[in-house]
Amino acid sequence: MTYIRPKFRHPQLPKNNLGYTLAYYEGALSTLCAGCGHDSISAGVVQACYDLNIEPHKLAKLSGIGCSSKTPAYFLSNSHGFNSVHGRMPSVATGANLANRDLIYFGVSGDGDTASIGMGQFVHAVRRNLNMVYIVMNNGCYGLTKGQDSATADYGSKNKSGNVNLFESIDLASLAIELGATFVAQSFSGDKAQMVPLMKAAISHPGFAFINIISPCVTFNNNMGSTKSYDFVREHVEATSTIDFVPTMKEISVDYKEGTVKQVKMHDGSVISLQKLSDAWDPLDRQSAMNAIINAKAKQEILTGLLYLNPDSQDLHSLLQTSDKPLNEMGEKELCPGNDALTEINAGLR
Amino acid sequence: MKPTDIKDPEYFHKVVDCQYACPAHTPVPEYIRLIAEGKYTEAYMINWDSNVFPGILGRTCDRPCEPACRRGRVEEEPVAICRLKRVAADNKDDVKHLMPKGPFKQNGKKIALIGAGPASLTVARDLAPLGYEIHLYDEQKAGGGFMRSQIPSFRLPETVLDEEVNYILDLGIHSHFNHYVESLKEVLAKDYDAVFVGTGAPRGRDLPDTPGRQEAAANIHIGINWLGSVAFEHTKKIGKNVIVLGGGNTAMDCCRTARRLGGENVKVVVRSPFTEMKASPWEKEDAQHEDIPIIDNHVPKSFVVENGKLKGMTFEKVKAEYDESGKRKLVPVGGDDVFFEADDVLVAIGQENSFPWIERDCGIEFDKWEMPIVNETTFVSTNPKVFFGGDSAWGPKNVITAVAHGHQAAVSIDLLCKGEDLNKRLDPMVNLISQKMGIHEWGYDSAVVNDERYVVPQADKKVTLNNRKKEVELGFDPLTGFKEAERCLNCDVQTVFTENKCIECDACMDICPTACITFTENAENETDLRAMLKMPANNKTQDIYVSDVLATKRVMVKDEDLCLHCGLCAERCPTAAWDMQKFFYNVTKADNSCYHHQK
Repeated sequence: MTYIRPKFRHPQLPKNNLGYTLAYYEGALSTLCAGCGHDSISAGVVQACYDLNIEPHKLAKLSGIGCSSKTPAYFLSNSHGFNSVHGRMPSVATGANLANRDLIYFGVSGDGDTASIGMGQFVHAVRRNLNMVYIVMNNGCYGLTKGQDSATADYGSKNKSGNVNLFESIDLASLAIELGATFVAQSFSGDKAQMVPLMKAAISHPGFAFINIISPCVTFNNNMGSTKSYDFVREHVEATSTIDFVPTMKEISVDYKEGTVKQVKMHDGSVISLQKLSDAWDPLDRQSAMNAIINAKAKQEILTGLLYLNPDSQDLHSLLQTSDKPLNEMGEKELCPGNDALTEINAGLR
Repeated sequence: MKPTDIKDPEYFHKVVDCQYACPAHTPVPEYIRLIAEGKYTEAYMINWDSNVFPGILGRTCDRPCEPACRRGRVEEEPVAICRLKRVAADNKDDVKHLMPKGPFKQNGKKIALIGAGPASLTVARDLAPLGYEIHLYDEQKAGGGFMRSQIPSFRLPETVLDEEVNYILDLGIHSHFNHYVESLKEVLAKDYDAVFVGTGAPRGRDLPDTPGRQEAAANIHIGINWLGSVAFEHTKKIGKNVIVLGGGNTAMDCCRTARRLGGENVKVVVRSPFTEMKASPWEKEDAQHEDIPIIDNHVPKSFVVENGKLKGMTFEKVKAEYDESGKRKLVPVGGDDVFFEADDVLVAIGQENSFPWIERDCGIEFDKWEMPIVNETTFVSTNPKVFFGGDSAWGPKNVITAVAHGHQAAVSIDLLCKGEDLNKRLDPMVNLISQKMGIHEWGYDSAVVNDERYVVPQADKKVTLNNRKKEVELGFDPLTGFKEAERCLNCDVQTVFTENKCIECDACMDICPTACITFTENAENETDLRAMLKMPANNKTQDIYVSDVLATKRVMVKDEDLCLHCGLCAERCPTAAWDMQKFFYNVTKADNSCYHHQK
C-alpha cells in the first residue's frame, strides 16, 4: 500500500538562489485520479515557483471547490492558502489583495468553479485587473460529480456515456480579453515546456494574469469524441509561439531567428521572449488576439501560448491609488485616524 | 538512442545491485522479503540453493553486495544484507527434508575433489544428487577448509560450520580426511572421470630477509598456519606482547585470536595508511573494539633479538605518495625508527598459491607466476579432466567467490561427463511477474521506510575475550531483523514500461520522488541523453532505461540509479503503461533438481 511518498529525494537536487530545492515547494501527495492533468499543473507550479526563487511565505494559494480547487494542497505546502466557497475565490482574493498587496496571489479554479457557479465573480475580478494569477484547470466536465458536461465542454463534444453536448461552450480566454484582462494565455497540462514559462510570466505580471489550461480528466473525459482528451488536444493543439521567460537580472542568452522574436519588457524588469509561429497575430493587440482565437476555433484548433499581453497594465491598487504600504501593516492610528480626520474629509465633500 | 532490450536477462539483473554484485548472484531481495515475513526456512533455502553456506556466510562473508546496495546511494548505509542472512539461518526450522535426499541413482561417474573447502563442497553438493560418486580429499580432520582452520570460532562457531558442511557430506560423499594428496598423477591414475582442485592458497607470505628472522624464528609465526594450529587446538597460548603484521582480514583474525590466548598488549602494525588497509571496515572496527591499536604507515625493518630471544621489532615510518597514475609509493618520512616490544610476532601479510603436489608433466600448464592456466568460464585447466576453483584458481579471494566457482565447475564437470561441449552453458532461469493487486496494492511492501541501519548487538567483551569459542556477534533478534529487512528497497521488483499504453500524461515524471523519469526528445548517443534528463544521470555505472519512440516522438528515459522501487510511477499511471514486476534470476547450476524455487 502506498499512500505515502517516500521521504528520499535525489541527493544532488540543485538549490535555487534561496537555498531551497524543488522538494521545498512540493505539497502533500495528490489524491486525484492517476493520470489527472491537474497533477501535471501542480508540478508546473512547483517548478515555476522554484525557478522564480519565490519565498513560500510570500505567496497565497486561493481556490474554490472542485478537483482543480483541491490541488493547492498538492503544491507549496509552506505557503498561505484559502479554500473558499464554490465560485467565490475571486472575492476572497480581492479582499486579501486589498489588505496585503505584498503577497503573490495564486488563484486556482476549474471550469465549473469559474464558468458556472463562479462566473459572476470571475468577470469582475477580470475587469478590475486584480493583481493575481488565475489558473483554470479546464477539463470540460464535472469530474467530482462523475463527469457531467461543464460550461466549457465544446459544442458537439461527446462525453463518456456517449451523449453529445448540445450547447455552445464558454470560451474563457476570449471572454477574459473581452473584459479587459491584461495577460491572457492558454496551455495544455501535457506540455510543461510551454506551461512553466507562462506561469512564471503570469506571476511577474502586475495585474490579472489569466491562464486557461486544458487538463484532461482521465476518468470521465478522456474518451473518443471528447475535445478535451489527451489524444484530441495533442492532435489539435496549435501553439501561437514558443515562450521564454527571462527573470530580472539575467542576461538574455537564447538566440532566435531575427524578425520572429518579440521581446516584451515587464514592469519588474523581467523580459518575455516570444518566438512567434504565426505572422498574422500580434500579442500586444487585443483585436489581433481575438481574431486569432476565433480563427483557430473555426479550424477546430486549440490555440496555446501567450495570447494577449498589455505591458502597460495598471492593477487595482494603481487604479484606486491605494497606499503603497499594505493595510495589514498599518496600525490602528493610521487605519482609524479619528473624528477630526473624518470631519475634514466630510468638509471637503460639501 | 536505441530502446533498451529488457528481454536481455542481464538488464534487470544489473538493476538488482546486490544480486549482481554477489559472485554467486544470490537473489537477495527475494530472501530479505521472506525474512520480513518470518519465513526463515524459505529464506534459508533460497540462500542454500545459491550460496550453499548461509549460516557461515551470514557471519563471515566479505559482503560485496553491501557496497553495491542502492540504499547506500540514497542514504548513508546499505541494508545489513549479510547479517540478515544469519537471521534466516538462526531462526529456520528443520531444513533437511527440503534438501535432496539420497541414496541417489548412480550414473557410474567418479569425481575426485582435492581440498574440502567451500569450492569443493559446492561441487560435491551440485553433483552428488545427479548420481556422481564423489571422493573428497583433505589433509585436515574435518571438512570446511579455510573456513575451519582460519576463521576463528568467535566469528564462526564450530556448530554452524559442522551443520552446513554435514548437509553436504550427508549427500553420500566419500570423504577422505586426514589424507594429504601428494601427487596429482596418483589421483589421475585412479580412473576418476574428472578431478577438481580446490586447495586454496595455503602458503602464508613471510619476511625471510628481514634481519633477525632466523634468530627469532621460535616466536615468529605465519598467520594462517598459526590460526589453523589454534583451531585444531595445537596452540593454546601466546605471549603478553604481540605484534601482528599486515592489514588484511587474516591480520584482524590473528590479533583478535591473540587477545583470547593471553595477549594483553596486542597491536597491529601495517605498512599502508589505515583507510587503504585490505581488511573489511567492520573487521577493523571489531579489532579496535577489543582494545587493539592499529598502527599504520609503519614498515617492518628488523626483528630485535637479545640473548637468542625475540624482544620486539623496529619499524620505519612512511607516508603514502601517489604518482599521476594513482600508483602508491610509501616514502620514508625520516626520523628515528620506532621500536615496539613483542614476545611473539604474527605475520599476516598475505598468502599465495602453492602446488608442490602437482607434477609439472601431467598436462597442466602453469604461467610464469606458477599459477595454473584456467579457463575463466569453464574452470578447466589445460588438462581436460582437471578443473580448478576457489582460491586455487586465481589466488586468494573469499568464500562466496569459491562457491560461485564451484557451481560453474560442477556445470562443466557434468557437461564433460555427458560428453558435451563445456562452452554450451544454459542461460539463467529468469521470471518477471506483475505485482499489481489493486490501485494502491502490490504484492510486495512498496512503502519505503526511513530507518537507519541497525547495529548487530555483541556479547560482553569481558566474556568473549576470555573464551575463544564464544561468538562475539549475537545476531539480530527477529524484530530487529524485521526492521532491518524493511529497509530493503526491493530492487528486484522492476519498473517495466509498455510504450503503446502510454498517453504521456507526465504523472509518473511528476510523482517520482527521486526524479528518475523523464520524457524527452531522443539523443544520438547515451552521453547526450544522460545530460538531458530532469536530473542528469551522472552515475555511469547504472544504466538508463530508454523506451521506444512515443506518440509525440519523444522517448521515456529512466535513470535506474536512484529508483526507490516505491511503485508510485505505476500507481500514478492511468493506463498501466508502468507496471511493477518481480524479477527472479537464478544462475543455472549442475543440479537443477537440488532446489526449485516455488513461485
